[in-house]
Amino acid sequence: MFDLLGVSPQVLFGQLLLGLINGSFYALLSLGLAVIFGMLNVINFAHGALYMVGAFVAWLLLNYLGLGYWWALFLAPTVVGLVGMALEKTMLSRLYKLDHLYGLLLTFGLALILEGAFRHQYGVSGQPYPIPDLLKGGQNLGFMFLPNYRGWVVAASLIVCFGTWFAIERTRLGAYLRAATENPVLVQAFGINVPVMVSLTYAFGVALAGLAGVLAAPIYQVSPLMGSNLIIIVFAVVVIGGMGSILGAIVTGLGLGLMEGLTKVVYPEASNIVVFVVMAIVLLIKPAGLFGRER
Amino acid sequence: MRSLLLAGTALLTLTSGAAFAQMSNDVIRIGVLNDRSGIYADLAGEGSAIAARMAAEEFGGKVAGAPIEIVVADHQNKADIAASKAREWVDTGNVDVIADVPNSAAALAVQGITRDKKRIFLMSGPGATALTGAQCSPYGFHWAYDNYAMAAGTGRALYEQGKKNWYFVTADYAFGQSLEEETTKMVNKLGGKIVGSVRHPLGSADFSSFLLQAQGSKADVIGFANAGADATNAVKQAAEFGITQSGQSLAGLLLFITDIHALGLPAAQGLMFTEGFYWNLDDQTRDWSKKFEAKAGKKPTMVQAGVYSAVRHYLKAVDAAKTDDPDKVAAKMRELPVEDMFAKKGKIAANGRMFHDMYLVRVKAPGQSKGPWDYYDVVKTIPAETAFLDPALSGCPLVK
Repeated sequence: MFDLLGVSPQVLFGQLLLGLINGSFYALLSLGLAVIFGMLNVINFAHGALYMVGAFVAWLLLNYLGLGYWWALFLAPTVVGLVGMALEKTMLSRLYKLDHLYGLLLTFGLALILEGAFRHQYGVSGQPYPIPDLLKGGQNLGFMFLPNYRGWVVAASLIVCFGTWFAIERTRLGAYLRAATENPVLVQAFGINVPVMVSLTYAFGVALAGLAGVLAAPIYQVSPLMGSNLIIIVFAVVVIGGMGSILGAIVTGLGLGLMEGLTKVVYPEASNIVVFVVMAIVLLIKPAGLFGRER
Repeated sequence: MRSLLLAGTALLTLTSGAAFAQMSNDVIRIGVLNDRSGIYADLAGEGSAIAARMAAEEFGGKVAGAPIEIVVADHQNKADIAASKAREWVDTGNVDVIADVPNSAAALAVQGITRDKKRIFLMSGPGATALTGAQCSPYGFHWAYDNYAMAAGTGRALYEQGKKNWYFVTADYAFGQSLEEETTKMVNKLGGKIVGSVRHPLGSADFSSFLLQAQGSKADVIGFANAGADATNAVKQAAEFGITQSGQSLAGLLLFITDIHALGLPAAQGLMFTEGFYWNLDDQTRDWSKKFEAKAGKKPTMVQAGVYSAVRHYLKAVDAAKTDDPDKVAAKMRELPVEDMFAKKGKIAANGRMFHDMYLVRVKAPGQSKGPWDYYDVVKTIPAETAFLDPALSGCPLVK
């Protein structure tokens, strides 16, 4: 079977593992988008910019306050979440009654402003962020050398993804949230403060982006443009998984990472369009996405 | 009475003409056209405009009686925007010279316009060898570096160190392919071998897959035929996957000091590549770079230093020719030696290539560096004659 692809099993396993690593970034980012779309009906184009802000907060903490990676892992998502909450309270909340398009335009504008501001301040080349000492080095798996840090990224994002899915689909809080999207007025009548819940949901969604930013900082350059490179793929992931589907976002994120990894072995030139080819096919066959419900 | 008046005006026009030598519009306007917000904004951008202004200041803001004016514009790395801006500048903006223009596609577009409209074009940012080859222009001068110089310098130097087998990680567009091609030619000529290559899409964030393929090839050298964020991400991830520890060398085929600054020494140490300029070469470069840093907040790249040198040489030629007539100035530029802190005894060949020494550098280890921007060990100076492609082989129709 391996011979069909013209690659040895060693190479194939290596590439699949790398695909899984990228997939876990896609999953983490698309999860945040799916939560926000599912609960708020907002297409959050600022997601990539907030991912970038997360990475920058980590870098700023290290360079100005001397707080290392483990602090950043907790503080950066908090900061991004607070920024998100402020954006939701002051701007997004005014748009809920309007068409989706307005939310998209607003968040797209916010993304441009954030990126422009960071670019102006820090330039486009990016800033270096070191791998934390505890996770330096790597394991020789026989078929490839796996840097410890990458292993950690997969583990961390799987835990967060599963935790989020569990919280929304299997807990009482999650049930309130889902109910509030279906019928906010009725849920409010039961004495639940829906506007606060919505702000918190948005804050949580973008905090996931901030967390992904911190996880990405030691692997990629911390650069103002890092988010815009990724956001389009992540949107494709959400569309394929089914807009607003939590499980869909996680499963497609990981799956597309694997698929991209395979493409990089077989035909590397196509590796950045394979996701969109899949998207086109899925939209033709199942317009609501793999895990989405027709409305 | 009337005829007297007419004669008077005629006389006045004549004398004023003489006072300003023969300057069109009584001003020398230099347009710095480059990327001011995208991926090349750090290596060119405002820094190139600062460099051009520094050249103008050296002349006291005036040349042959005419004031010097610097205008800037952002081409956003789009050839069509670069072309329309260049056309606007030449047609209605009275711009005499266009300078910098990183991004080879944009530069080729501007080269076509300046060739047709007879305006001097000082290229510092672009790398394409076609600019002094099939697409050369009597008014186009290629200053800081080109793909041939980068590829040949690095390819030859590594071969001399006994590293003969190459694997390429190449950005999948004209620029990356041309870098790979130039290096391949040089490596093959010397007797080395290309054991493989992988083409990655422009703007890839994750290089681990390509790096693993390169590692599996057991090549002596992994050459990165890419630039900007692609190059820095590739180098950073090569360090993460322990590729240099396993004995393979990494060669950047186009890196700038701003890239090294962005990477940090821990990730970049040991990298070898060719440079057109380094601030810490001698007293002159240190002195100029210090002044530049005071204005720009960072040390200059070879592109920015090249803009300074090119603009300065242009102004020197205008001064000597006492006119801004493009044909006369271009002839003067070819005639005069290029002598400044960037180029020592530089010479412009018939195809527009400015020949100057290049440098093979190795990035220092963190322990060896004395502070910010102290990044390179200059391993060797590549003399101008061998650094660039022989004009006779360039395919430029101007070379006879």
